Parts: sequence; C-alpha cells; structure tokens
Amino acid sequence: MSSRERILGRVRRALADVPRDDTPYERAVERAYLREHGGLGVEATVDLLAENLADYRAIVHRATEEELPAVIMRLLAEHGSPYVLVPPGLPPEWLSAGGPTRVDDRAESTPAELDGVASVVTGCAVAIAETGTIVLDGGPEQGRRRITLIPDHHICVVRVPDQVVASVPQALGRLDPARPLTWISGPSATSDIELDRVEGVHGPRTLEVVLVGGE
Amino acid sequence: MSGTFVGMPAFPVAAREAVGDGTLRANLRHATHTIRAKRANAVAEVSDWAALREAGKQIKDHTLRRLDDYLVQLEEAVTAAGGVVHWAADADEANRIVTALVKETGESEVVKVKSMATQEIGLNEALEAEGIRAYETDLAELIVQLGKDRPSHILVPAIHRNRGEIRDIFAREMGEWGRAAPEGLTDTPAELAEAARLHLREKFLRAKVGISGANFMVAETGTLVVVESEGNGRMCLTLPETLISVVGIEKIVPTWRDLEVFLQTLPRSSTAERMNPYTSTWTGTSDGDGPRVFHLVLLDNGRTDTLADEVGRQALRCIRCSACLNVCPVYERAGGHAYGSVYPGPIGAILSPQLRGTASEIDASLPYASSLCGACYEVCPVAIDIPEVLVHLRERIAEGGEVTREGNKVVLRPAKGHAAERAAMRAARWAFARPGVLRAGQRLASRTRRLHPRSLPGPGRAWSATRDLPPVPAEPFRDWWQRTNGGKDGAK
Repeated sequence: MSSRERILGRVRRALADVPRDDTPYERAVERAYLREHGGLGVEATVDLLAENLADYRAIVHRATEEELPAVIMRLLAEHGSPYVLVPPGLPPEWLSAGGPTRVDDRAESTPAELDGVASVVTGCAVAIAETGTIVLDGGPEQGRRRITLIPDHHICVVRVPDQVVASVPQALGRLDPARPLTWISGPSATSDIELDRVEGVHGPRTLEVVLVGGE
Repeated sequence: MSGTFVGMPAFPVAAREAVGDGTLRANLRHATHTIRAKRANAVAEVSDWAALREAGKQIKDHTLRRLDDYLVQLEEAVTAAGGVVHWAADADEANRIVTALVKETGESEVVKVKSMATQEIGLNEALEAEGIRAYETDLAELIVQLGKDRPSHILVPAIHRNRGEIRDIFAREMGEWGRAAPEGLTDTPAELAEAARLHLREKFLRAKVGISGANFMVAETGTLVVVESEGNGRMCLTLPETLISVVGIEKIVPTWRDLEVFLQTLPRSSTAERMNPYTSTWTGTSDGDGPRVFHLVLLDNGRTDTLADEVGRQALRCIRCSACLNVCPVYERAGGHAYGSVYPGPIGAILSPQLRGTASEIDASLPYASSLCGACYEVCPVAIDIPEVLVHLRERIAEGGEVTREGNKVVLRPAKGHAAERAAMRAARWAFARPGVLRAGQRLASRTRRLHPRSLPGPGRAWSATRDLPPVPAEPFRDWWQRTNGGKDGAK
C-alpha cells in the first residue's frame, strides 16, 4: 500500500464517528464577521492606509501624477542610489525626471547581480488600509518577486483611491491566487529578540510608499 | 514524532530545574509580558473578533471532517499547477523523501524557512546524517542552531535567550558557519539583526534548494501560504531553483476566501501586529519567477491518530500562533524546554501526547503540566478548548482506554502511579451514591477537624505536597440546612 492510500485510509477510519454532511461549503461556515471595519469614505480610507503604513515604519509620500517623477527622483537622490532596478512594465514617465542609472530586470539576472543595486521602483496590485499592507502580484509594473526583496530600498507607487481597499476580505477578492503574491506591511522586521519588534532584517530596510492621485 | 527529545525527564522534574534558573525566568517573564499587552490591544482593534474566531473554528472543523476529500483536491490542484506531491506517513518517511529530493539536485546545502513540521520530524539531523547541511534562516532559529540549543517557543524559538546571550552566541559561533559577526558587536537588537543579515545574505544568494513549511494550504487552488516577518522566508521561497515544502495534513483550508479569516486572526494573535511584514503565497511554479521545481510533502506523523480522538481532534485546528504560550502561567515559569517537544506550552501539552502517544514518561506527564486556569482557551484564535482536552487526556492516562496509534486501535492500560487516585475516586463515587454514608462521613469529618493533619500521609503525600488541604467546616452544610430550615429561620 502506498503512503497516500495509508494516510487517506487512516483519515477515513478516524472519521468513522462523524456523520456524512453534504451541506454545500458556502453554507457550512457561519461568517458573521465584517467585510470591513468602520465603513469609511474613500478619502478616510486612503488616510487610514497612510496612517497604518507609517505606524509600521514605512515612509509615506503623496503626489499628483505630474509631481510623481520629481518625487521619485528626489527619493532616489536622498538615498544616494547610483542604480535603480526597474520591472519590465514600469511606466516610463515615472523615471522621466532623470536620476540614477536604470537597471532593467532580466530573466538571467542572478541574485548576486541584483544585490549590487540599492533601490527598486515598482507599482502594486492592491493596498489594504486597515492593515497598512501593499500587495504585489508580479504584474508588469511590479516584476519578479526577487526584485523587491534583494535591494535595500523599495519605492512602491500606489494609485489612490483605485488600488486601495479597506480590508483583508476585500483585498483577497481582488487578487488572483494563481499568481505568486507578496504582501508587504512595512520594512522587514523581527520580534525574535525578547519579543520586541525591530525593523530591518533581510528584506528592504527602507520602504517608501508614494500615494499618487488627485489634482 | 522524532527522537529529538528522547530521554527527557517527566515535566515536573524538568520544570523544577527550569524554575530554579533565575535568568531563564527573567527572560521569559519579560518576553511573555511584553507580548501579552500588545496582543490584547491588537485584538481589541477589531470589533468582530468573536465572529472571526468562530468562523476560524468552523472552517477548521469542517475541513477536518472531510479531510480525505480536501487532501485529494489539494493534490490535484498542486499537481495541475506544476508541483509534485509526496505523502509521508511518519517522520522517517518524510525525512527520506526530502533527503532523496535534495540529493537529486546534487546540492549539499539547503536554506530553511522556520517550520514547525520540519522541527517535529528532526529534518536537520536527518539531512546532516546524509552529508547535507541545513541553514536555519529565521533569526530565532539561527540563534538556536548556532547555540546548539533546543527551541523553547513556537514563534520565537530562542525566547529563553536575552540580548546579551544572543550577542555572545553570535560573536562566538557565526565564524564557524560562515561570515563571522562584526567586530565589537553590541547587544542592541538592531545590531544583532544586522549581524544576522550580513551572515545569511551570502547563503541566500547562492542557495539552490530551499525548504519550508506552510501556514496554510488552499485545497481549491493548490496555493501555499507562508507568513513571516524578516524576509528570510521570501528569500528561501523565491531565490532557490528547487523548493521543498513539508506540511502537516491539517494545514488545509477549503477555499481562497478562507484566508480572509486567518490572515486577520493569525498576525494579531501571534506577533500582535495588524499584519506581519511579509506574507508569500504561491501556486505550483510560475514561469520566470521563483523556483522551477516545487515539491510538497504532506505529513501525517500522528495527525490521523489525533483525528481519531473525538475530544482531542480539536487540537488539529491549531494555527501555531503561540498566544496560549504567552499567557500561560505554567509556561512562563517552567519555560519551553521542560515540555520535551518542539510544541511547548498549553498547545504542546495536548498536541505532543496525541502525536507521539503517551508511552514515554514526558508524554504521560504533559497533560498534567497545567493549572487548568483556562487563559489558553480565552486567547486561542480557533477556540481550542485546551483545558477540556487536558482533562480528557488525564482521564485516559489514569483510567486507560482505547486510542489510535499509527492507524490501529489499541487499548491503553491505566498508568502506574495513579492507583491511589483511582481508589479515592472509587470511594467518592460509592459515598456520593449513598446519602446516609455521605452524611455520616461529613459529620465525622467536622467533629474530628482539630485532629486533621496539614498534609496527607502515605500515597497522598505527593498530592498534598503542592496543595493546601481545604479546611473542614464546623458543621456540614446539610446539617445546617436542616437545623435552620434552609436559612429561613434566620438562625446562623
């Protein structure tokens, strides 16, 4: 007997006391919890996102579409990055104000090569206000998972209010599980020393989020 | 389960030693009290916590009731997405599968994400025996590995170490494993984290094989989820060419939507955060992004035996948040090592004896490693009634009874050492069923109360060594009731 058959057989014998229940799954679980907390308006939801991002030590900026290139250029200059990594589908105007040398992520780029680049600029798939989370799904503006992991400085552009949802349940509804997802809530951190939170371990130690939109 | 902790003394012996260690007690007290208040705040922020907790419980219970169907569905979905699924009935089989998979790649080192399942099966030791070095990359696991230590907490395996001890371990050991700690390393947490970053980076960048567990597996989509903080998880899950995930069969949830419950309750219960810094989800393999080869090893190792116990099976709802450890007065004083298992604390006290059986001294003593105060049940995000299971397991140990081991029903004999307890309970049962006998006994106890010793003689001595005997009233309640007409006569 294969271990597969052995385990499935053990499961079935273990459940011998459980009556067969064919309630469809949609009705099997009582979901009395909220779809979102607070029912805030659009503007207040964006404010909450900014507040919660900052609470976990992400640095939050706001800009209009016109201001965005200048803001990105300034953030890269302030970080002193000679190179900036870009995903294949990054809107060209985001880096149109000049600044560091662009490094395009290519399939053959090795982790060691990526380690030589200080900053990365990406978009995102969705941002969650209640938890201060941005989610990347590997779309053209975001690129492979590794490019937002190895550089020490990540600038992430969030289009507000379109890409902002209030809650985790709303975010899951917008995301495609077939894509590899990375949920990011602040710079990397650890609670492993005396259960006290310290920012900055293996992922980017500086996370800057630019909320772009409006006039 | 593995033999990592073979030869552990029973809990009371190990705990007595731990309680005498002043540094350990101070470290544990500081850490558990820090997280307690934070967790309470993080939970209070969400007004629908009770509903989330109930939904989490129901999702897990429903899944367990149809675990066979969901396992098959998961296998199909993972396979369709480009993954390869393996089944391991026990620790040895899981270790053999993983070792063979690593050998196939031709590599002799792997990077690991913190994983309870691989701790449980003793994977690192099994790989080491075959000449494969496994590097732990979670900060606390690194501290444990470098310190040649054992984990003592589910979330923070090095919780028993304070910053000064961690500094010493890094300064002394890092050079042996790779890049040495920076000169003049101090004990500030930020510097210690930086030292770990530098030490591990070269390992991440060259790693060809990553090994992980998973917090959740979604049956309908074949998606795996890893929740973490440091980014070491992302490194191991995305940079290597081959990824091997070893996951307990109880980690399944039926649908993608179910994550909306656990991604709210797990971070708040665990690190007391609204959301942990990084969560990775992946479904099989993706073109050009992440590992090209993905293996999923589904692990039983005592889980189906636990599932067979109608009361005890609720332990399989556990999402390994460790909130129960952080509030437990026994854990706070005894520390994690006394539990003799990678699963310490209240959840360990009900999980280890079910996964491993109660044949060893340590496992037979674990259900007694509790004051039954119930704080663990209060904080559990999937509402596991840990005290209920503890009492159930105590009864099993004292009275014996039917259990399932490796898929077979066996009858346990009553444990030795509980003979006096059983005799006392039999006597009580007899007396309570006979009102006349009970009345006579109570009167006798009241009249002789000045003569009662402060502790019990003979076999009762051990019991009263840690407990005060209750004072006997001057007049039994039943006599008082009769004399005063139930208090209506106003007499005292």
